[in-house]
Amino acid sequence: MRIGIDVGGTNTDAVLMAGREVLAEFKTLTTPEVTAGIVAALAGLQQARAFPPEQVSTVMIGTTHFTNAVVEAQRLAPTAALRLGLPATAALPPMTDWPGRLRDVLGEHGYLCHGGYEFDGRIISEFDEKEIREAAAAIAAQGIRTVAVSSVFSPVNADMEVRAAEVLRDVIPGVSVSLSHEIGRVGLLERENATILNACLHELAETITAALESAVRAAGITAPVYISQNDGTLMSVGYCRQYPVATFASGPTNSMRGAAFLSGRTDCVVIDVGGTTSDVGVLVRGFPREAAVAVDIGGVRTNFRMPDVLPVGLGGGSIVAAGDSGVTVGPRSVGYAIQQRTLVFGGDTVTATDLAVAGGLCEVGDPGRVAHLDRDLVRRGVQAIQDRLAELVDRVKTSPDPLPVVIVGGGSILLEDHLEGASEILKPDHFAVANAIGAAIAQVGGEVDKVISLAGRTREEALESARQEATGKAVAAGAVESSVQIVDVEEVPLAYLPSNAVRIRVKAVGDLPLGGDDAPGH
Amino acid sequence: MRLVTEEDLEDLARGAAVLGTGGGGNPYIGKLLARQAIRDYGPVRLVDAAEIPDDALVVQSAMMGAPTVMVEKLPRGDEVVSALLALQDFLGRPVTHVVCGEAGGINSTIPFVAAARTGLPLVDADGMGRAFPELQMLVPGMYGASATPMVVADEKGNTVLLRTIGNRWTERLARSATIEMGCSSLIALYAMDGKAVRETMVLGTLSLCQELGQLIARARAGHTDPLQAVTGRLNGHLVFRGRVADVERRTETGFARGRAVLAGLGPDDGSRLELNFQNEHLVAIRDGRVVASVPDLIIVLDSDSAEPITTEEIRYGFRVSVLVAPCDPRWRTPAGLELVGPRYFGYDFDYIPVEERLSAAGSPA
Repeated sequence: MRIGIDVGGTNTDAVLMAGREVLAEFKTLTTPEVTAGIVAALAGLQQARAFPPEQVSTVMIGTTHFTNAVVEAQRLAPTAALRLGLPATAALPPMTDWPGRLRDVLGEHGYLCHGGYEFDGRIISEFDEKEIREAAAAIAAQGIRTVAVSSVFSPVNADMEVRAAEVLRDVIPGVSVSLSHEIGRVGLLERENATILNACLHELAETITAALESAVRAAGITAPVYISQNDGTLMSVGYCRQYPVATFASGPTNSMRGAAFLSGRTDCVVIDVGGTTSDVGVLVRGFPREAAVAVDIGGVRTNFRMPDVLPVGLGGGSIVAAGDSGVTVGPRSVGYAIQQRTLVFGGDTVTATDLAVAGGLCEVGDPGRVAHLDRDLVRRGVQAIQDRLAELVDRVKTSPDPLPVVIVGGGSILLEDHLEGASEILKPDHFAVANAIGAAIAQVGGEVDKVISLAGRTREEALESARQEATGKAVAAGAVESSVQIVDVEEVPLAYLPSNAVRIRVKAVGDLPLGGDDAPGH
Repeated sequence: MRLVTEEDLEDLARGAAVLGTGGGGNPYIGKLLARQAIRDYGPVRLVDAAEIPDDALVVQSAMMGAPTVMVEKLPRGDEVVSALLALQDFLGRPVTHVVCGEAGGINSTIPFVAAARTGLPLVDADGMGRAFPELQMLVPGMYGASATPMVVADEKGNTVLLRTIGNRWTERLARSATIEMGCSSLIALYAMDGKAVRETMVLGTLSLCQELGQLIARARAGHTDPLQAVTGRLNGHLVFRGRVADVERRTETGFARGRAVLAGLGPDDGSRLELNFQNEHLVAIRDGRVVASVPDLIIVLDSDSAEPITTEEIRYGFRVSVLVAPCDPRWRTPAGLELVGPRYFGYDFDYIPVEERLSAAGSPA
C-alpha cells in the first residue's frame, strides 16, 4: 500500500491506497508548521483504517509551501544571478521586470560575464574563468551562498553554465548553484527568472524536505518519500532540494490527475467547480497539457512547464442576474456565505445552486424555497451555465473530437448529464481528496527542450537523439527502464530562419519500481 | 511635440500589435527594451511629421532576425546606436530624427530605444501603417526610396554597410548578414529627408497605436465593447466571430506560414473562416469565398478582451473576432500591389478592397 498527501493552502488531504483502491481518506486544516500537518494527516489515516507502517511502500507528497514562499516573499534566501552572454544581453540585466518586494528580499545581485552561445552552437564570446572568479569572490564577499547561473542558448549547449558552477563551488564554500538549462526553456529572461526563483528557495527546500521526511519517519514509515512535480510526475527528496520550483502548481495538477484516475480515463477534460470559481484543464495521456505562454509566479514571468488551467468566475455560489441582454450567472458570487445567502439554504440571493435545484439537476437544501422562481429564468439560467461550461471544455481541448468530461468539486451539481463536446460526463466518488490521489500516482519523467540545427543530420536523427536523452533522464529520476514511454513530442520551426533549425521538446515518463498491488497499471 | 514616457508604452505596444495583423513576434522584449532605455536616458520626444524641417535626416531603426532568437540572445543595448552612427559616418552628416519602419511586434518599440539613447526626436510615422514580413515592403519604396545605404549591427561591434541595386537585394543580403550574426541584428536604413517623410511615409502611426491601446484599456475598464471601439477607430468591419477549430503550421524559406480555420459563433454560426498567414495574416476566406486580403489589415483579436493574437500564439479553442480594416490607400495602387498584393504572396487572384468585397456580397459590415 502507498500514501498520498497533498498540502494545500487551506486543507491537507491524505489517502491510503492499494492499487486502484482508496483504503482510507482524511482531510485536515493545513498547519503553519510543516511537520505537525504531516503527522496529523498520517495519524488521521491510521485512525480511519489501521495499517502497519512497514507495509507502506511509498509516501508521495504534494506541497504548496514553495509557491506560497514566493507569493508572500518570505523565507527566501538572498541570491546572486550570474549571466554569461556579454557582450550580448547587457540591455536587460537580471531581475528586470521583477516586483520590487521580491527584488528587495533577494537583493539586486546581478553579474554579467562573457560567454554564451549562438542559436547554432557557435560561441558568442569565450568563457573567461578569471572574470567568473572575480564575480564569485564579489558574491562571497557579500555573504551570499545561493547563485543562479544562466547562459545564452544554454538549452543548445550547457557547457559554460556547468563550468561556471565549478568555478563558483571552488571559490564559495558551501554554495548552492542552480543552472538555467536544467530549469527552463528558450527565452533567456523567463528561464533566468525561474532559475533565480529556484535558487532562492534552496535553503527553504532543505528545511521543508527534512521536516516532511522526519514526520514520515516519526510515524514509523521507512518507505521512500517522493514529492509531486507540476507536470504530474514525482521527484525524490534529494531532487526536490535541487529543484524546488518543480513543485509550483502541483496542486491543480494532482487534482486533475486524481480525478482522471478515479474515473479511469487518461484523456479527458477535468472541471473542478468551487463556490466562486471553477478550474478547467485537460489531460493528454494522463498528464496535464502544459501552458504554452509565459506564466506569472508572484509577479515574476517564467517559462518553465506549468499545467494549462483556465480559471473562470462560475461556481455554486455565483449570483444570478436577469437583464436586458439575458440571464447571467457570475462572476459575482456569495462566496463563503453560500450556506447563509443561497435561497435553498434559507438565504435571499438567487445563486447557481438555486437554479440547479429549481431546474431539477439536484436536490440540496429546501426545494420549496425556489418553487416560485420564474420558469423561464430558471431554464435560461441553467442553459447559460451549461453553455459557459461547454465553451470552457471546448477551449481547453486540443482538437474538435469529443472527450470525456470529469467533473469534481462541490459545484458539480450544476452540470447536466450531457454537454456539448463531451463524449460522456463522469462524476467520480472520493473527489474531495482527488488531489491526494493524484499525488499517489507513482510515475517519474524526463524532459528535453532544445533548439537543434539540422545541418549535418536528418530531422529523424535529431528527434531520435532527443527521445533517447529524455528516456535517460526518466531512468535517472528512478523510472523502471522498460516502463518508460515518450508521452509528448513537439517540434517548433523557428520563424524568419532560413537555415534549418527546429526547437524540439520531448517528454518521457515511466513507473517507479513499486511492488505488488501498487505497481501502476493495476 | 510631446513626451512619451514609460507609462505610455503599454498602450503603444498593444495598439501596435493590433496593426501588426498577427506578425512581428512577441512585443514583450521590445517593450522591456524601450522601457529600460527610457528609464536610463529619459522620455522620448515624439514629433509630428509636420514639425520636421525639409532638410532633416531621418533614419529608420529596427531589429531584424528570428523572434525565437531575439528572446534568448538579448541585445547589448547600444547596437541600435552603433548602426545609426555608422550610417551617419557614411552619409557624412548628422542624423536628426529616428522613425519606425513598421507597426507591430518588436519593431514598433525598438525606435524608442534608439531615440532615448541618442536623445534624437522620434517622428510619429511608419513605413507601412501595419506590419509586413520583408524590408522592401514599405510605402516609400513605391516612390523609389532605397533602403540602402543600410547598416546591420551586432552586439559584438560588427557593422555591415550595404549598398545594393534594389530593395529586394537588400532584404536578401541583410538577412544573410543577420544569420551570420546569430540571427539577430539591429539595423539603420531608409535614410530620407523631412520632405520625403511627409510625402511617402504613413503619418501618425504611433499616436494611432497609443490611441488603439487606450481604447481597448478604457473599454475593458468601463465594460463596453473593446472590439467595437477598435473597429470604429480603424473604419474597419467586423467580419467574423468564431472559435479556432484547426491550426496548421509549416516553415518555408524561413517564414512561419500556415492557416487557421475558425468555426463561426453567434451571428456567424454555421460558417467557417479560413485565415492564411505568413507571419502576418494574408488572406481571409469565408465559406470558400475570399472576404479580405493583403494589403488590407486582417486583425485577429480575443473576442472577450480584444487582446491582439499573433500568428505564433493562435491555437485551437481560442475565441476570436476577425476585423478587417482598409490599408493605406497607396498600397492599393498598382505599384503598391506589386510589392504586397496577394499575387506577390503566391495567390492567384487580384486584390479587391475589403469594402467592395463586403458590399458585393451584401454582407453586414
